[in-house]
Amino acid sequence: MAIYKRLYRPYVGRYTGNRFRFLVITKSALRTLFDSRPLLAFFVACNVPFTIFLMIIYINNSAAAQALLQMKNAPIVIDNFFFLRYLIFQSTLSFLLTAWVGPGLVSIDLSNDALPLYLARPLTRTEYLLGKFGVIFLMTSVITWVPGLMLLGLESSLAPIGWFERYYWLFGSMLVGSLLWIGVIGLLSLTLSAWVKWRIVATGAMLGIFFALAGFGEALNGVLRTHWGYLLNLGFDISLAWFDLFRMAPHTGLDNPLFELPPWAGWLTLGLLSAFCLLMLNKKLKAREVVR
Amino acid sequence: MTAVIELEDLSVRLGTKQVLDSLRASLKGRAIGLLGPNGAGKSTLINTLLGFYPPASGSAKIFGKDIRTHTKELRHVIGFMPESDSFIAEMSGVGFVRYMAELSGLPANEALERAHEAFYYVGLGEARYRKVGTFSLGMKQMVKLAQAIVHGPKLLFLDEPTNGLDPPARLRMIALIKEIRDTQGIHIILSSHLLRDVEECCEEALILKDGRIAAYCNLEEERRSNKKFVELETVGSKESFTQAVEQLGCECAWLSGGRAKMVLPENISMRDLYTIAAKNQVQIRKMNYRRDSLEDIFLRAMEGQLQPQNKAVQNGHL
Repeated sequence: MAIYKRLYRPYVGRYTGNRFRFLVITKSALRTLFDSRPLLAFFVACNVPFTIFLMIIYINNSAAAQALLQMKNAPIVIDNFFFLRYLIFQSTLSFLLTAWVGPGLVSIDLSNDALPLYLARPLTRTEYLLGKFGVIFLMTSVITWVPGLMLLGLESSLAPIGWFERYYWLFGSMLVGSLLWIGVIGLLSLTLSAWVKWRIVATGAMLGIFFALAGFGEALNGVLRTHWGYLLNLGFDISLAWFDLFRMAPHTGLDNPLFELPPWAGWLTLGLLSAFCLLMLNKKLKAREVVR
Repeated sequence: MTAVIELEDLSVRLGTKQVLDSLRASLKGRAIGLLGPNGAGKSTLINTLLGFYPPASGSAKIFGKDIRTHTKELRHVIGFMPESDSFIAEMSGVGFVRYMAELSGLPANEALERAHEAFYYVGLGEARYRKVGTFSLGMKQMVKLAQAIVHGPKLLFLDEPTNGLDPPARLRMIALIKEIRDTQGIHIILSSHLLRDVEECCEEALILKDGRIAAYCNLEEERRSNKKFVELETVGSKESFTQAVEQLGCECAWLSGGRAKMVLPENISMRDLYTIAAKNQVQIRKMNYRRDSLEDIFLRAMEGQLQPQNKAVQNGHL
């Protein structure tokens, strides 16, 4: 029907599938986010370390490139620690990206009281959350595990025979380590976005949780002469889990307090934080709030 | 015919407060009005039917399907225009409505086409690329209506649709609601505290008070049955006049100051009244032809003079 015929007509066309309807939310949010040029520039810049690591792997495995650069041997050893360093780099960037993007995702709907409009449609609260989480997942995946697996694939194909047999498990470590980080920071940012309506304040709170809690943990360690205070440091917790996943052991030669605490403590803390975030989101993401 | 909405002892408790208390109703009209003073439970009923609040006991069905077990299925066929300002201010009007259409399951291209149509339909075609946050209150109401109808729902919940509208905008909104109502295959639930809105748009009205059904009113039947409801102001002997009109089948009730209310049977015309009055030497100084308005029904319901259950049996609806 042409739009000049201003009549109401029922819709008789086909409908999209229910299962992935939540991706409409993701698509719309991504479209809005990438309208911002500074964000686009930062997002592109997040892949610079990937390019550097890519070049290192290539040079390390190419005699021609080494000769061209007047190197006698492969410059570095590419092992599990190399890829862990890559993950740490990229995860730091993904945290900054999430701190930029995440706090505005839910707060925009809550401040406009738009949640009833979403939930009056064939969309559950879980799907709404998945749609919003999808934004963080896609953006951070592109700078963490996707290029990480590409680097591992490149190294496996260029390295001498035996490297893949020795390090094939790194594929799983890279994937799980990245997804764990994405899950935790994604949930944290969405929770802050749901509870703090002002985006700037929510971003500040996210950085605050990361740094202030770490400082508090250090103070706790000093006062109680313990290492358990490190668990308040989100970066430390994820590092515990990563060290476990990347099979880093004390004999690696690192002088690191990470080896003072058992890996399960990191996993448990991250699990508890995620559960807390889900609980808070469940409390907040309702079409109508009941004022008791 | 399957009832549009069926409530079976529906109770809703929010926190410690019983907001809806054992509602029983079977509503079948094309346009159903929900009336009641503030806090009567109108919005809670709508929110419960939309699945936002879980029933504490009892059940509710829409088109014969339980709202708890068929929530997603029902939301495909429901459109909702909330009372409060609900939109995404940073989006363009058409972008927002398209987004809502896509969330309702329309493919992207169809959603965009329908969003444009909906905007033109509500009279905001020229403003569709402006950000929703820049719209006036009246325009926002229209945007809310556009997003509610964009996916072609079979049941439309309108929560206070004329709130904040100036008289011309209100008339436009009412006209749109009537037009949508008259489209085949769509039902409207209109919640309002404005009796006029309900009276103009609805066929049935459910009057709520303190979370209970205070009255049910089939406006269509009321309109038909009260076609010859008249108020008179007379001078002269009323006894003989009363006797004469009652012999013709009129119901007559006298008030103070020579005022009378009468319900005339179908075969009696106004002219007959003047003839009888002349014969009985009664002067009719004033005659008002009026029907029992929704306002009368509402006020009686608020005063507790109506018995909803009796009325229900009479109407065969509740």
